[in-house]
Amino acid sequence: MQPNDLQPGHFAGYPPEARKVIIAHLDVLRQLPLSFVPSLLREAIEYDYKFPAERSAIDEELAHLSSLSAEQLKRRFQAFSRISLSSALEQFDWINLPAQFLERQSAYLWSTHQLDAFRSAATEYGTELHAAVPPDSIPVSRLGIAVIGQAVPSYDGKLFRNLRPHGTYFSRVKPERGLELLLAGVESRARAHPVPYAHWYVDGGSPAGQVPSLTCVSYKGLEPVRAALLKRMQTEIGQPGMGPEELRTQMARMVPADLGMDKGGDAVLDRFQVKLLTEGSGTQIFSTTFAQWTAREVLRRAQALTLLVRFAPRQRQRPMNELLANLKGTAELDPLGSLIDADMGAYYHWINQQRLPGSERSSFLVWFEGHNEAVVVSPSLPKGTESSTELNLGELLSLATT
Amino acid sequence: MDQKLFSGGFGNGSTGRDALSPWETARALSRSRREFLRGAAGVALGSALMSASPFIRAETVRKKRKVIVITFGGGARDQETFAPEGQENIPNMLRELAPQSSFFTHVTNQGILGHYVATASLATGVYETLNNFSATAPEHPTVFEYFRKDLKRPSSDAWVVAPSNGFNRIGESECRSYGQGQGARVILPKHLLSAATAGGTPDYEHLLRDNYENPLYTPQVGGGEVELQQMENILRLSVDDFMSHAKTLSSPDELSVYIAKRLMHEEAPSLLWITMHDIDVAHSGAYSLYIEGIRRTDRLCLELWKAAQSEPEYAGNTTLFVLPDFGRDSDYDSGGNGFQHHRTGDTASRTTWMMALGAGVRQGVVYDDPMQSIDLVPSLGAIMGFSPAQSQGKPIRELL
Repeated sequence: MQPNDLQPGHFAGYPPEARKVIIAHLDVLRQLPLSFVPSLLREAIEYDYKFPAERSAIDEELAHLSSLSAEQLKRRFQAFSRISLSSALEQFDWINLPAQFLERQSAYLWSTHQLDAFRSAATEYGTELHAAVPPDSIPVSRLGIAVIGQAVPSYDGKLFRNLRPHGTYFSRVKPERGLELLLAGVESRARAHPVPYAHWYVDGGSPAGQVPSLTCVSYKGLEPVRAALLKRMQTEIGQPGMGPEELRTQMARMVPADLGMDKGGDAVLDRFQVKLLTEGSGTQIFSTTFAQWTAREVLRRAQALTLLVRFAPRQRQRPMNELLANLKGTAELDPLGSLIDADMGAYYHWINQQRLPGSERSSFLVWFEGHNEAVVVSPSLPKGTESSTELNLGELLSLATT
Repeated sequence: MDQKLFSGGFGNGSTGRDALSPWETARALSRSRREFLRGAAGVALGSALMSASPFIRAETVRKKRKVIVITFGGGARDQETFAPEGQENIPNMLRELAPQSSFFTHVTNQGILGHYVATASLATGVYETLNNFSATAPEHPTVFEYFRKDLKRPSSDAWVVAPSNGFNRIGESECRSYGQGQGARVILPKHLLSAATAGGTPDYEHLLRDNYENPLYTPQVGGGEVELQQMENILRLSVDDFMSHAKTLSSPDELSVYIAKRLMHEEAPSLLWITMHDIDVAHSGAYSLYIEGIRRTDRLCLELWKAAQSEPEYAGNTTLFVLPDFGRDSDYDSGGNGFQHHRTGDTASRTTWMMALGAGVRQGVVYDDPMQSIDLVPSLGAIMGFSPAQSQGKPIRELL
């Protein structure tokens, strides 16, 4: 089947909001190539469970495409049209299973040496879309905070090597009440700019406290869900013919109810949390990976205005099958390795923040928890410099956001 | 549309990288490796050297030539290796091996970036398209088949030591004119240990780690792989001694190198191919474990080279090739997640390096000219005297 065959009835299986959005733009979808349309549908099919920023992005993209003439569309999608797909892909149920289609398409593009052409077409499309649909203005400059090194008494190595060139290194930070001050600062921003899913607190261990104005995700809080997922994975692995690709497909289909999440919860947040565990690699077993990946997804998907990520020690490496089997109740921790993981994770947090609109005004603070070292990246502070000024975390935060 | 598909995408506040084309990026990576090696290891530029090939002079000793190939399944990026900030992770390659080597700074892999399929491509000189996660033989003849058929060598003269996942079929292809019984013997140390311990006991668990890319998949054993009962005859190693020594090791790659050294001592194959895999723990997202993997691999490469120098069959007539199968994703490609994977197909994930050292190789020379990973097989053919007829690569002229 090709996109020009699309009919409203084909979307009967979509959730209501997703169906409405797609059917409203069916005319334009019919004019687009098959190598492109499932990518759009993969996002749209989840519309009912998307964050506001994602819904807005889908709406704007479809509206923009609908505003183009047939000739403009043809030109815009010329590179995608040159991608050849197999008849098996054409016959696949890409309307109802767009994510699975994309996995197969990706494998096909690799094997037919078309990946680079697809990648180039996608990059060009993204650039043109970005130029055509200017980002919405944001009510406050973005702020990222990473707290790393929990439970590490001392560290002789050089921290923040990747971030120092971009900001100011503070060597005499007063650590007292540090996390409390940072959380208070974040909460204050959330109260001043009450935008849904805009202010987040992610903890790689147990959250330091309940902050109702923030959207909170924690590794500890998801422990029952992770346990249920690992159990499901073990069961699936035992099925005949199960390989890693089939397992991945199975995991991608899981919804909160499959993993025992309460139906009365926040459907959008629950779906997001399940995807962190089913789509992330390593998020099920290493808390540092969970925290890093969550930060990436919070920024990519929710486009958070404020994101505080606190890393916690992960379990020590064990054989992968044992980690996945989740057999041992209390795993030995690796605080030092986790510090190194988190140092890189903080750098990725900043990079992902810089991908978002308004990055020239955004700020970032990373602190070695309980210690005197921090780096602040801010438009108001010099880059690649060092300061020996004594400041507590509240004062440092003020400096970052001034 | 999902922004995962798009690279770049920084806002106005850049992260300090100018937009470069893939070719420019690859050249920049190459130049960075070259400049660093020139400074740190005191090597010269290859373009300055015009003398005749040492391999030509070595024609008469071709029959005794030994070649060892070490590939890393799980590429390591420049910033963790040959860039200034990564040098602390590769002291042995940098100070011991690079000064003795011809170093190729610009190796690209245009194929599928999965470890089994990429290693198969390295071994056939053709970008294979087999399923990365299945125990499938390469479609095209392997270097081992060319070597054995053309030079009429016995099966004991070509060996592969590989991690267990999928690699049991790497030794020979499905090609009708080559194929079954014509390739390398394959030894999978983790399978041997697993069999010896009847599935694993706590003492050996750390050696039975699977990589994270496909941790759940254990392919059927077959295709010329050495079984436990054959180990004693081939390696002159009892199961008890094997297990006893394994207890002293810390990773699967250490086990592979241990087995490779036994093979060199007992069988002295002329063509020995070892694939390492510890670095690929990066797929779990733990940066510290990825760095540990690089440091261990660096140490093991030197250990193997020293072993070759101490073995009478290898000393003085062995050429060693070291190359990652490909790179890993750049920090700056929004479609990836930095070091964790190699899924974007970006320049950093496709561009890597190769080191050649030992018999017949110019020492301390850096070459910038682009080459492809599939050029390895025709180069080995030219060095060892066989014709890889179906390979799609080209012999590396700097080695000839």
